[in-house]
Amino acid sequence: MAASIGYDQVEIGDELPAQSFALHRLDLVRYAGASGDFNVIHWNERVAKSVGLPDVIAHGMLTMAEAIRVVTDWAGDPAAVTEYGVRFTRPVVVPDDDAGATVEVSARIAEKRDDRTVRVDLTATFNGATVLGRAQAVVALP
Amino acid sequence: MALNPDFIGRSYPPSAPYLVGREKIREFATAIGDENPAYHDVEAAWALGHPDLVAPPTFPIIMTMKAMSVAMFDPELGLDYSRVVHGEQRFVYSRPVFAGDRLVVTTSIDNIRSMAGNDIITTRADVATEAGHAVVTCFAVIVSRDTASPAEEA
Repeated sequence: MAASIGYDQVEIGDELPAQSFALHRLDLVRYAGASGDFNVIHWNERVAKSVGLPDVIAHGMLTMAEAIRVVTDWAGDPAAVTEYGVRFTRPVVVPDDDAGATVEVSARIAEKRDDRTVRVDLTATFNGATVLGRAQAVVALP
Repeated sequence: MALNPDFIGRSYPPSAPYLVGREKIREFATAIGDENPAYHDVEAAWALGHPDLVAPPTFPIIMTMKAMSVAMFDPELGLDYSRVVHGEQRFVYSRPVFAGDRLVVTTSIDNIRSMAGNDIITTRADVATEAGHAVVTCFAVIVSRDTASPAEEA
């Protein structure tokens, strides 16, 4: 498909433009509705704490969806992403306040493959600690 | 309560077709705060050479979670959903998902194991067209926190 960055224009080690994403309780409720994931730990503080969590936590899938924007915004065409995987290593705790939780995402070209795809490794942190492990995307470039 | 190991290796028949709607793609993209025109503006998607709106990379979770819920909410599995967190997720695409697609999901439970007090379920969901053409395979690891019996720890 028509990514705007060409395969020949990228080198291993290139950094993609980093972004940060703020998550508020409202974002969790909206994501619950849009995705159909109504697990109470993502919106009910009482239940979250009763099962040993510090507070309401963001859906891992919401963090995952936010993080890949660093790649899709860079590539131009989101359909250029042919593979995307993460491990959820720490919860993103979202307090009931106006600031919410901020996830910082950076990414770099880790590998250029012979089939004109590149592997992008992502790093997502919250409060200085990584929240996604082995976060990798494969992107097809023209 | 530990999970029922009889579920290991179980496969479920294909789901009823999921019709990927333009408004659902827009709603999902809005929920993840993503204004990429390919998710919202059909002409922008056409300009990229696509037949219709493109779904964001993680969009298939909507249909795979729904298909997987048949197993996850089966009382015989013994899962307490408030103890569930997501361990891993991976999407491997054969082609992008577009508005207008009618997709069926075939799910299976590849493994259940206990580790550090948690029960860990490894699942796979194959998303394909009604005609059987592969679209995306979704691998998920689901963690049930603090539910494994100590005796089962391997």
